[in-house]
Amino acid sequence: MEKLTFQFQTNRAAGGDKTQTIVGVVASGNLEVLLERSQTPGECSFEISTAAHGFGPVWEAVLSDFVGRSPVGGLKISINDGGARPDTVALRLAQAVRLIEEDKA
Amino acid sequence: MTAWDTQKKARYGRIEAGSRFAEGKVVSKDSLPRFLDAVLKPGDRVCLEGDNQKQADLLAGALAGLDPARIHDLHMVQSGVVLPEHLDIFEKGIARKLDYSYSGPQSARIARMLFGGQIELGAVHTYLELFARYFIDLTPNVALIAAVSADRDGNLYTGPNTEDTPTVVEATSFKGGLVVAQVAEIVDKVPRVDIPGDQVHFLVEAKKPFYVEPLFTRDPGAITETQILTAMLAIKGLYQPYGITRLNHGIGFNTAAIELLLPTYGEKLGLRGKICTHWALNPHPTLIPAIEAGWVEQIHSFGSEVGMDRYIEARPDIYFTGADGSLRSHRAFCQTAGLYACDMFIGSTLQIDLSGHSSTVTTSRIAGFGGAPNMGSDPRGRRHPSEAWLKAGEEADPASPAPLRRGRKLVVQIGETFGEKNVPTFVERLDALELADKLKLDLAPIMVYGDDVTHIVTEEGIANLLLCRDADEREQAIRGVAGYTDVGRGRDRKMVEKLRERGIIRHPEDLGIDPLDADRRMLAARSIKDLMLASGGLYDPPSRFRNW
Amino acid sequence: MSSWYEASARQRIDALADPDSFEEFIGPEEREVSPHLALFDLPEQFDDGIVVGRARLSGQPVLVAAQEGRFMGGAFGEVHGAKLTGLLRAARTLRCPVLILFDTGGVRLQEANAGEMAIAEIMREIVLARADDIPVVGLIGGRAGCFGGGGLIAGCCSTLVISEHGRLSVTGPEVIETNRGADEFDSKDRALVWRVTGGKHRYLIGGADLFVEDDVAAFRRAAIEGLSRRAALDILTLADEQKRLEHRLKRFGAMTEPRDVWAALGVLRPETVSGLATEAFLAEGLHKRENAHDAR
Repeated sequence: MEKLTFQFQTNRAAGGDKTQTIVGVVASGNLEVLLERSQTPGECSFEISTAAHGFGPVWEAVLSDFVGRSPVGGLKISINDGGARPDTVALRLAQAVRLIEEDKA
Repeated sequence: MTAWDTQKKARYGRIEAGSRFAEGKVVSKDSLPRFLDAVLKPGDRVCLEGDNQKQADLLAGALAGLDPARIHDLHMVQSGVVLPEHLDIFEKGIARKLDYSYSGPQSARIARMLFGGQIELGAVHTYLELFARYFIDLTPNVALIAAVSADRDGNLYTGPNTEDTPTVVEATSFKGGLVVAQVAEIVDKVPRVDIPGDQVHFLVEAKKPFYVEPLFTRDPGAITETQILTAMLAIKGLYQPYGITRLNHGIGFNTAAIELLLPTYGEKLGLRGKICTHWALNPHPTLIPAIEAGWVEQIHSFGSEVGMDRYIEARPDIYFTGADGSLRSHRAFCQTAGLYACDMFIGSTLQIDLSGHSSTVTTSRIAGFGGAPNMGSDPRGRRHPSEAWLKAGEEADPASPAPLRRGRKLVVQIGETFGEKNVPTFVERLDALELADKLKLDLAPIMVYGDDVTHIVTEEGIANLLLCRDADEREQAIRGVAGYTDVGRGRDRKMVEKLRERGIIRHPEDLGIDPLDADRRMLAARSIKDLMLASGGLYDPPSRFRNW
Repeated sequence: MSSWYEASARQRIDALADPDSFEEFIGPEEREVSPHLALFDLPEQFDDGIVVGRARLSGQPVLVAAQEGRFMGGAFGEVHGAKLTGLLRAARTLRCPVLILFDTGGVRLQEANAGEMAIAEIMREIVLARADDIPVVGLIGGRAGCFGGGGLIAGCCSTLVISEHGRLSVTGPEVIETNRGADEFDSKDRALVWRVTGGKHRYLIGGADLFVEDDVAAFRRAAIEGLSRRAALDILTLADEQKRLEHRLKRFGAMTEPRDVWAALGVLRPETVSGLATEAFLAEGLHKRENAHDAR
């Protein structure tokens, strides 16, 4: 497994008031994304554990676009990856953000 | 004195030699090896019928069992190199030269044998080219074909999977060649006559149906959210604006997703009756929900599909059927229909380069072409107009006066930016070029040439190559939908942004599509079982696709 | 209609329980992952492939466990198993019924000893819970089916609910083929696999109690019904069950094709059974099937 960490600055805080949410499963070509509200509002951090080695620059590109597009300030994002393709990663991240933005039940 | 009837005489000779092992036209299975040994001659040009679907499997096995000391140097001219026996005959020295079209399941072995010099390659063709050459310079001396049943006069019933048979028989039988058919059974009266008996010289009763590969069955259970997104993009960004009514679909999961979105997403967009009404297409099970929802007017098919026969028989308004009620398929006619009568071909591929050339070849595999390049090319001979064809022509060439402007067929490549095992779809250099070097081929095996491709659809968006005015724009348009591949990340961001402003690149949000709406619940069927239920129990899927 | 087969473990719980009633124990944020997978350089999942917690079902408190069949085939490992064992212990303390949403190929090869022990512990806990008259309802309809130790655990439940797609057995088709050859059992013949292990056959031979459509709402209704079914587990019921199984073996033991079993049960046109929709299947099968498990 390859471990990757990334840290981004952002001025858009994540919406909603849920403390955490999780989407996806760890399977071949799939991943799970755990969002926890635990950072300072201007930061977003990523911890990734991936079965596919050598894709660091691709992760950085995907995550940097994602942070630029979505309100993710204050989130700690943890990912267990079973070798998902970048489009699947982007989709799960977007799904997770939508989920944590939803009103708390 | 010149003899003008040597071919006829040669055929009489073959018939005479073969008749020693036959009762009338009927050769028993046991005598088949001796029979073949008697009718074949070294150096014969032989068509062993087989394509991406049906196979003359019994005859293939018998041919591979012949003694290479007696029968050798055959020149095989056939659509498909699919069964192991098709290559065994080269390994054993029974055959030497090969002209063919498709080699999906044998793609690795055929590459090894070509590289090792065990096969002398004529050329890899598209189906239509090979059929065309049957009538010009590759006419078979002997055709070994497959049918469902025959009567004792040799009248053949080829059934739903008629496919290549009429074309092969036409070329062989009318030019002095010998036609030998394997049939599952010999009957008193065939359900319908697909091939008249006077074109068929010998019959072998196989006692079992010829093999058919269910190549066009896609399990909706395996369709991903990303594939659904690309399907939504295609429907809203291409089918709708161009008003595509006549079309052909490739066999990938992206196009299966389009078929399954018609009754749901397409319906929501109000497109029923406005798109996807007339098809050159095999009987795809994934089209059942759209047919049942009244989307489809008619479909002509290259072949049938395993399990679809009862459904087809119950829907004669949709499919072409014979007097017996079952499907009549015809590869040559359907390929021609796909080339000339369709406004769109859409299919997926393994690799696309910066010029838009695409290929399904990797360095160690040669899958051949099949019919995709016939469908996936702009027919320069086309003269009849249609809305879609004229609109595409105008986009490509706005300056020419309309009456002198050629239309364009839409040739669309659809797929995810990364394929299986995270292998990028977009590449700087196609593996096909390396293969061409290795095998010293004159032509790299390109499935669809860049200058024929009009649009590329990925999860990132649609690139409209018709609107690109030079090679630079074209390259950046391709990079601009290539996602996070090296090619995609190598884009000129400013230029891509400009292309997007001009509508050459369109992202989901430019089309009012939210990627998070791409959900499997949008599929009109989410499993093979759903397809069976949608067919009212008429579709009988092969066991390997069941989960019930 | 929303498919149970396609849903994830978390989606199944959400659809099964009363809205917003689920409260997870040892959630993903605790990162209580398998201690073994890293040694094999295999990816972990934060919940180790099983979601456990409490919820309400039709207002009634329940404990729920849901396996994620797509993570390592839903297989039991040390943590995965311990979460279910702990839940069953809590059930006895709280006197609260349990729902187990099976989706498992059995025990994880990489932690086989821990997994096998977990199976034994779970079986014991279920028997103890049932001795206290606490219902333990098993629901089977996921991708991975319910095989290996999962099949043994399912056999201990007070009620089993199964859908057509659900498969229930101990030795899986691939394992049989590997050990005895494709002539014995062709695991690629999927229609055969489902005829032998699938929900319809299990229901007809009394291996499951309730047969439902592949629909989360149908599973919810069946789970509610399952909670109200009482089944004693004592020496008398086990003796009855032994007798029933001996009788079944005598009646069907020589048959190699499930359709022959269905014909012997009096099911009309057995060759059509696999294709029947749920309602038609129940209309034909409900009164002709074997008695369900006497021990349930």
